[in-house]
Formats: sequence, structure tokens, C-alpha cells
Amino acid sequence: MRLELRLERSRKLEYLVPVVSVLLSLVVCAVLLLSTGANPLAAYSAMLKEAFGTSYGITEVLVKATPLILCGLGVMLAFKMLFWNIGAEGQLHMGAWGATAVVMTGWDGSPWLMIPAMMLGGFAAGALWALIPAYLKVKLNTNEIITTLLLNYVAILWVAHFIYGPWKDPVSFGFPMTMQFPEGAQLLRLAGTRVHLGFVFALVIAVALYFIQEKSRWGFEIAVTGGNPNAAEYAGMNAGRNILLVMLISGGLAGLAGMVEVSGIQLKLLKDISPHAAPYGYTAIIIAWLARRNPWGVVLVSILMGGLYVGGETVQITMKLPVNIVLIIQALILFFVLGGDILSRYRLVFDRPGQRPKKAALSGG
Amino acid sequence: MEASPLVLVVAVLQAAVRSGTPILFVCIGEIYAERSGVLNVGLEGLMLVGAIAGFSVGYSVGNPVVGVIAAAIAGALFSLIHAYVTITLRADQIVSGLTLTILGTGISGFFGKPMIGQVGPGFDQIAIPGLSSIPILGQVLFRQDAMVYLSYLLVPIAWWVMYKTHLGLAIRSVGENPATADSLGVSVTKVRYGCVLFGGAMAGLGGAYLSLAYTTMWIEQMSGGRGWITLALVIFAAWNPARAMLGAYLFGGADALQLRVQAVGIEIPTYFLMMLPYVLTITILVLASRASMRRRIGAPAALGLPYAREER
Amino acid sequence: MTDDKIAVALRGITKRFPGVIANDSVDLELREGEIHTLLGENGAGKSTLMNVLTGIYRPDAGSISVFGRTVQLKTPKDAIDLGIGMVHQSFKLVPTHTVTENIVLGLGRGFSRVKLDEAQARVATLSKQYGVKVDPNALVWQLSIGEQQRVEILKILFRGAKILLLDEPTAVLTPQESEELFHTLRSMREQGHSIVFISHKLDEVMTISDRITVLRGGKNVGTVLVQDTNPQDLSHLMVGREIKFATFPKKESRGEQVLEVEGVDALNTRGLPALKGVTFSVAAGEILGLAGVAGNGQQELAQVITGLQRPTAGTVRVQGADMRGKRARHFIDAGVSYVPADRHGVATVGDMSLSHNSVLRRYREPKFGKGPLLNFNAAIGYARRLIKEFNISTPGHATPVRSLSGGNLQKVILAREMTTRHHLLVVMSATRGLDVGATEFVRKTLNDHRHQGGSIVLISEDLEELLSLSDRIAVIFHGEIMGIVDAETARIESLGLMMAGQRLSEVA
Repeated sequence: MRLELRLERSRKLEYLVPVVSVLLSLVVCAVLLLSTGANPLAAYSAMLKEAFGTSYGITEVLVKATPLILCGLGVMLAFKMLFWNIGAEGQLHMGAWGATAVVMTGWDGSPWLMIPAMMLGGFAAGALWALIPAYLKVKLNTNEIITTLLLNYVAILWVAHFIYGPWKDPVSFGFPMTMQFPEGAQLLRLAGTRVHLGFVFALVIAVALYFIQEKSRWGFEIAVTGGNPNAAEYAGMNAGRNILLVMLISGGLAGLAGMVEVSGIQLKLLKDISPHAAPYGYTAIIIAWLARRNPWGVVLVSILMGGLYVGGETVQITMKLPVNIVLIIQALILFFVLGGDILSRYRLVFDRPGQRPKKAALSGG
Repeated sequence: MEASPLVLVVAVLQAAVRSGTPILFVCIGEIYAERSGVLNVGLEGLMLVGAIAGFSVGYSVGNPVVGVIAAAIAGALFSLIHAYVTITLRADQIVSGLTLTILGTGISGFFGKPMIGQVGPGFDQIAIPGLSSIPILGQVLFRQDAMVYLSYLLVPIAWWVMYKTHLGLAIRSVGENPATADSLGVSVTKVRYGCVLFGGAMAGLGGAYLSLAYTTMWIEQMSGGRGWITLALVIFAAWNPARAMLGAYLFGGADALQLRVQAVGIEIPTYFLMMLPYVLTITILVLASRASMRRRIGAPAALGLPYAREER
Repeated sequence: MTDDKIAVALRGITKRFPGVIANDSVDLELREGEIHTLLGENGAGKSTLMNVLTGIYRPDAGSISVFGRTVQLKTPKDAIDLGIGMVHQSFKLVPTHTVTENIVLGLGRGFSRVKLDEAQARVATLSKQYGVKVDPNALVWQLSIGEQQRVEILKILFRGAKILLLDEPTAVLTPQESEELFHTLRSMREQGHSIVFISHKLDEVMTISDRITVLRGGKNVGTVLVQDTNPQDLSHLMVGREIKFATFPKKESRGEQVLEVEGVDALNTRGLPALKGVTFSVAAGEILGLAGVAGNGQQELAQVITGLQRPTAGTVRVQGADMRGKRARHFIDAGVSYVPADRHGVATVGDMSLSHNSVLRRYREPKFGKGPLLNFNAAIGYARRLIKEFNISTPGHATPVRSLSGGNLQKVILAREMTTRHHLLVVMSATRGLDVGATEFVRKTLNDHRHQGGSIVLISEDLEELLSLSDRIAVIFHGEIMGIVDAETARIESLGLMMAGQRLSEVA
């Protein structure tokens, strides 16, 4: 069995692959669920119904999708120029910290001032966090996969230091969290739901990134750098500056995700701003890849993933299933898409058995 | 009674070896995989799979050795996914490795649920007669558990195979220039599958060390970034199994130190101390990349690149 | 008919690749103790046929027999076991390993120890026996191209090969080194080896061969004894029509200096000196050829004069302006166009469309956008113009350039670089790998450009190409200019000596 290059990429397969991948990953996951004695069909239908079957479910899906879109867009932009930013989780934590820092100054002003200041704080903290690996990459060619990832652990510990220490709410009964934010520091919510203004920010940024990617000279530079870094250099593009700029935005967006989580949902800084079992920053990597590095794709996939989160939490509570299946399904989808992508570029060729001699080289004569 | 500084230093060094051992296993395996041209950034996931497989089998059989064997097999099987996707299907090695980590985290958490809170069998400290009575060194190196001694054996063997045997020459050639190795009858596919599976087994061992020796329990995501730290140490070790030992114990030292500094009463906030291993690893990585820029030595030339013979 | 004197017989070999038939039922017989040349232009299927014979490609049809026995070559190992060895055009060596390590690779199994001492002794014996000199302890990347080729030959002899295949071995050698190689080949023939020699240089084919087989379009169009043929007949067989390589008239008057390079030093990617005190200039309406064996600093020089690499000393002036500290984009703005040797790896982005690639170095120009925005319609219009003017055969402007043939890809690059407003064109290995038609087109384009007053630095390993196009030829060796001669009066022998490291004053 071997692979043979197709002359034209198969369009049909390109659309078919994601759909089949989702189905296959559900099948594999069903086997896992059966092994624990659970009924996969019941679980799946409960998940689907809870996530997309009720208006409350749908709003909750959008709540989960909001940080996913922001992180996913950031990761996608970096991937687009082949910079492996897998540090969205840490950048999100730093963003949440930066936004909280604004509140912790004790300032209690109008939301018209406070929210932009917190957005700036979140964006800047995430961006700075992302600029560390970017700078090391540009100056010393330090492997960014490792630095971005390790900085995640550092950022989480950084946040922990503040919520267990200086910022701990004295009346939290020992829980590691800050005091509740004043109203001026809370994002506007859609009446009766938890959907907040952050979702609108996410959509606006998706549109902006689309225009940068598809219509601007800078977007062209990013695409060329991602397609062939040598060609980018040959074309007179400044790779170092672009890496710094892209990571500034990439980290900033993840930071903004952290800001909208604390300001729109948690209303305080606490330990699990990103779900421990399937952290937003890691899911964003999967989203960016599945979205085929397209901003609309990021929005769409994030909403689907949001559904997976909501469904996963439901079956955890109602059917006592480990919430880890969210992570498993995500990873399986990506593996099947990876394999499927190859099949849309190559075709599998099976050598006819008759062509093969039974033993090595000589066959007499 | 206050502990004397010497006793404390010896205790830290002994803990450094313990702490460095799981990373040493993983590092040797990854060096083989990368030398053959396959980057596996899924180590974190592989370690977790090894840790849970080792723990649950060891727990149910009641024998840690059986657990360790199971962990190695589980690691190898799990890395088979990476091997198939990147070697046979030629997909991107980084994406596949990241996905492997995510999958490993999910699977280990899924199967680990019932194991939370259980105490499993573990390895006991064995003092090597004679050697263990050498002052300081004997205490540090030869009052350890069986898996540490296994790692002592593994390092020279891994070094010898890599640099002195035909297999090692084939592995290094496949990672530098697969077309050349192929033209001389070395099967690039076989060498790479072998190295990735070996790397997976070693990562499984490293994970099992965490759940069967370092502790005797299963904690979700207990690898705590050690898989990623290993990736940095491979670069620090310049893809040489002997240097991996130095790197692993250096990290182990940082880990051991941060756990003990508070005991001495030095006033550094806990969470900043806990950052130490990660910050140290980044520093090491930065220094290693500076060195490799200066001396122009680096990764195997074909690292990360799929190989196909008939493509044109 | 007896088969006993036949070393290799290929019958009806067919090999298809997606979209092309590289070999179309080819027959070939190699006799014991002969030097058999496989002649054909680029893309005729010579390399494919040899890769079939070495087990790298599996044929779709046909049979192979070696010393009278029908064999199946599934892997390179099978070919090696049968005593078939090949020196590939791009050497199959591990640069970071020693000569001996390269030679013994694949010869032992598993955990057995590599016995380097024994191997070194055998390498030394073989070197003496065939007159192939090389240091067995040297690291391959430190060797010259000629020496690396000797390692390849030793590697094959070490495996006891009786059948040697050499794919265009002289393309990378100086004329003198080629002579040495022929000497080695003849001595191997005396000792009973059978050799397939691939080339498209007719004069050396006439010198070295016993018999010649010509391939065209993947088919065998004839096998002849060398004494029964002549270069004209061969070239006719090879191309299927009369080829007259146009001699290009030189331009009488030259204009002002466009490029001035003075005392330039530069490092290679390993941080070792690659250029040492390079000084030359190019005037408007002039083609300056740069001759040299590959790896003597050509790449670094091309990068320095296009701004892709900064010199460690010396100055580069374009139209009188000092370019010190300037980056590639400033060189582009100053009117320096560049056709690099690596078409896929540097000059284009394979997954991007032809129209995107056509503005690769021009996307900052006002005509392709406004402010931060890029006008893709303008790019498409421009791409359409290039397709028409340069006769690029492609399904359309939206086709990813990865799927274009080598000749068409080179046309895209050349078209882009030549239609940019520019003063200097730097061209490296412009016709390598192209077929006769595309080669003629490229050469004619460059010549026309000169006559319109353009200046060109033409970097090539093909001496004939340099002699026919250039006004002057500079020879580079180990990063130093050995001398600059007038192309009209240059002798190929003295150019060869300069390529091997003698200065103009020594050879003149």
C-alpha cells in the first residue's frame, strides 16, 4: 500500500472529510463509552438536545463559543504564518489577570471607561505574554512550540499566586478568588441569558481578520510566509517584524478572551477560568486547524465545539460520564481530518499481489 | 534538631535523581525518534497514557513490574497512531503530536476516573551493597528504586547503540538524509516506525515512574508539563543520550529544590517557586539555541519532514 | 543468441507518473565491460530508467534481467545485492557523517558493531586500485563536489558492484576533473565493470562511450556504436529535429556601471568564509557570466548582490548608490531583479496561484493596491498579460504553481522578474533541468534583454551556456574571483583551470 499524488486536490473530499471525521470520532468514542457500560446513543442524543435543542442551550453554547472564537482566531493567525502558538491558554490567563488588575486598582467608574480599560489591560497582558516566545524565536530561533506551551504553566501559576495571595477576597471563606467586580466592570449581557458583549467583539474581530487576510498587503505577507518562508525573504518581507506583529495580535486576542470571561461570565478572577478538563486555549488549537485557517470557519467550528462543551457538561451531571469525552472527541476528529486531508491530496494505491514475487530478488531464469 | 546543610544537600540531590528519572526515560526515547527524523510533541499525552496504564494494571495485579511493562506497551501502542499518521500518511508531525497530547490527556482522564484516590503498589528503595556506602555519591545515586537503576543501564546502552552499531548509523542517516539511507537499502519506514514506537514505550515508562515510583497513585494530568520539558531537554542534549542524563538531573534538581526551599524557610512565594522548573527549562532552551546558532549545529536535517520515495 | 555477455537487459520497461509516461516500453542492453552512454535531453526519461534499474522506482510493466537471470527489483537493496550501484545526480550522502560512515551505511544489520577500522583499510585499498583519491576520515560536508563524487564511486565499489550507473556525473565537474573521472571509468572498464553513463554533452559522449542509446520522450529511439555515429546524428536523434544553438551577437556599446561589487566578504550558512574580497562590475547592456563548480560561493554572491544576505566586508553599489545595511526590499526598490536557482524552494510559493506568485516581489507597488489594501484584480490582469507574452502553458491564472512543469514555472519567474522595472537582473542556473525548447526560449529572452540595454549577472555551471551568452566571464573558486576574461577570446581549457583554482595570471 502506498500513496500517489493526485493531480488535482479532490474538492468533494475536502468537504466530505470533516463530516465523515465527526461521525467516525463519535463511533470510536461510542466504543469507549460502551466499555464503561454507558449507552452512547442516549449520551449523544442528550448532548445534542441540551446544546442545540433549547433556547437556553443555544445561549449557553454561544457563551462557550465566545472565548473559543477569540482564542481560535489568534491561534489561526499565528498558524497561518507557521508560527506554532500553542500558548493561547497562558495568554488567556494573563489576559484575565490584566483585566482584573484594572479592577484591583480600586477604581469604580463608568463602564464606558472601565470596560475599554479592562479590554486594553487584557489585550496588553496577553500580547506581552505572547511576545516573549516571539522575541526569542526572532532573536535566537528558540523553538516556539516549547516556549509558548511552558509559559502556559507559568501563567496559570501566576494567576494562582494572586488569587491565593494578594488579591484574595477576605470574605471568600478561603476560596481562591477575588471579590466580585463592581458593576462598571461587568460586560453587558443579553437580557435573561449569560450571552455577553464579548460575543459581539468576537464576531467583529472575525470580520476584521477576514479583511486583513484576504484583502491586505500584510495579509498577503502572512500567507506567503506561511506558504514558503524562503520565498517571503526573497520577496523582501520582514519575517521578524511580522512574527512579532502576528504574535502581538494572537496573544492579544487570547488575552481578550480572558478579559471577556472574567468580565462577562465569572465576574471575578478565580482558578478555573478555563475548564480544567478541556481548556479553551487547547481547544483553540483544534479549532484553528479544523477551520482550515479561515475566520468564518473558526466561528462555525467554535460554535460546534461550544455545543460539545455544553453537551459534555450535561452528560457529566445527568449520566455521570467523565467530561473528558469532550477532549477525546475533539482529538479524534482532528486525527481523522488529518488522515482524511491526506486522502484528498493523495490516492491510496494497492500493489497487486501478483506483481510481488514471493521471495526477495531472484526468481531464476 | 535542625538538619545540617550537608544532609539537606544530599537529600536534594537524591530527590533530583528521582525527579529527573521519568524525564530521562522520555528523553532517551524522544532522542531516538527525532534522530530518525520524526518529531513527537505528543510526549505529554504518552506519559499520561503510560501513567494510567501502569497504575491501573499495577493496581489490579498488585505488582508494579507488571504495571511498568503494561505502561511501555501502552505507550508504544499509543504512539503507533502518531507513526501511522506521520510516516505512512505523511501528515504534519506537529499537529499530529499536539493531537496526541490532547487525546492522551482525555483518554487518561476518562479511564483514570475510577482510580482517583486509590493507592497502588510501588517500587521500594534498594541500597546497592557496597556502592551505597560511598560517601555522598552512594547516598545520591545508589539508594534509589529499581527503575532508577534501569535508567542507569539504559543510558550507556542507548548511547552505544546510537553511535557504535549499524542500527544507530542507520537511524542517524535516516534522520539526516532519508533518500540516501533508502538508496542503500535501509528501510526508512521501518527505522522510523521502530524509533517512534521505542520513543512511545520510553514515554510510557516515564509516565509509569510517576504513578508507580515517584508517587503511588493516579492524579489527573499528573505529568505536569514534563513531556514538554523533555522536548526542550532533547535540544539541550544535542540529541545525545549521554547528555540527556545531565539535562534530566538538572531539571530534577530544580524540581527537588522548589519542593524543599520552603522547608529551609526562605521567603519566596510558593507559586513563584513552582514556576522554577518551567522557567529553568525555558532558560536552558534559550541557552541551547544560542549555542546552536553560534556553533551551527542543530537538529537532524530531515526532522519533521515526511519521506516518500516515488514523489516527483 | 547468447546472453552470456549481457550484464543487464531491460525489456519493455514502462513507468508512469500521474499525468506523464516517463518510460514507454524501453529496451536496453548493457554488455559486460562496456561504457554505454544513455543520451537524451532533460525529461527524456534517463533518470527514471536508471531509478528502475536501482530498485528506487518499480516499473509498471517490463522485465529486467541481470547476468542472464530475470530479476524483480523491489527495493534498492535488491539492486545492491545484484551488484548494481548508481551515482545519482544529487549525491546520496549524509553530509554530517564521515566518508567511511557513508560508505558502510546499510552494510550491517541491527546491533552489530560498525567496524570502522577495517572499513577504512578497505577504502584505502580501493582508492589505490582505481585511482580515486579521498580521505576516509573527512566529514562529507567539508569535501569538494568532485571529492564527494569520488565517495559515491567508492561506495559502489565497496559493495562489490559490477554494474555502475552514473547520472550526468560531469555536470558538476571542471573539464579537468571530468578527464580524471574518465580515466577512472576506463580503468574500471579494464577490470571488467560495466558502466552506464548518462549525459547530454555530445563531445564527451563521443570520447568516453563504446555504445550509445538515445532516449526521447521516454522511448528508446536507437542504440549505436560510437564509431558508426557523429554528434550531428546524435543530436538529431535526441531532439527529433535539427538543433542549432543560436550564437548570440554581443552588443557593441556598453553603458554606465550598474552594479559595482568591491572587496566583498561573506559567510556561508555554517558560518565559514564563503566569499573573499570579491570585486567586479557590470555595465548597462552587458551580460557578465559567473563560472565555477557548484558550491564555490555562487549562492552567497547571488544573495549578497540581491540583498538577501549581508556581506561581512566590502561594498555593493547599484547605479552608484551604496547599498550598505540595506535589506532585500531596498534592493528590489533599487531595481534589482533576481531569478534564483531554487524555483520551488525560493522563487515561488507552490500552493499559491499563478497570479499571487506573479506579484510576489511586486505587491508593494502602487499599481497593485492602495494603502494597506492589495488589489487582487490588478494581480490577475497582470498574470494574464504574463501568460500571454511569455507563452506560459497553464490552465489559468488561478492554478497553483506547484502543478506547473519546470519550464513553465521558470517562465513565470522570468516573466515576473523581467517585467518589473529594473536595472539589474541576477540569474542563477537559468536553464537547469529545462528541455531544449524552454532552454532556447530562456536564452533568447536574456539576450534580447541585453540588447535593450539591460545588465545581467548570469551564474551557471554550464560553460557552453556562459560562452554563448556572456560578454565577459568571471570565474569563482573557493569564494575568490580567479579572473575575468572576455567571452569572445576565452578558451575552455583555461576557464577549466581557473575553475580548479588557478589564477588568470597563471593560466594566461
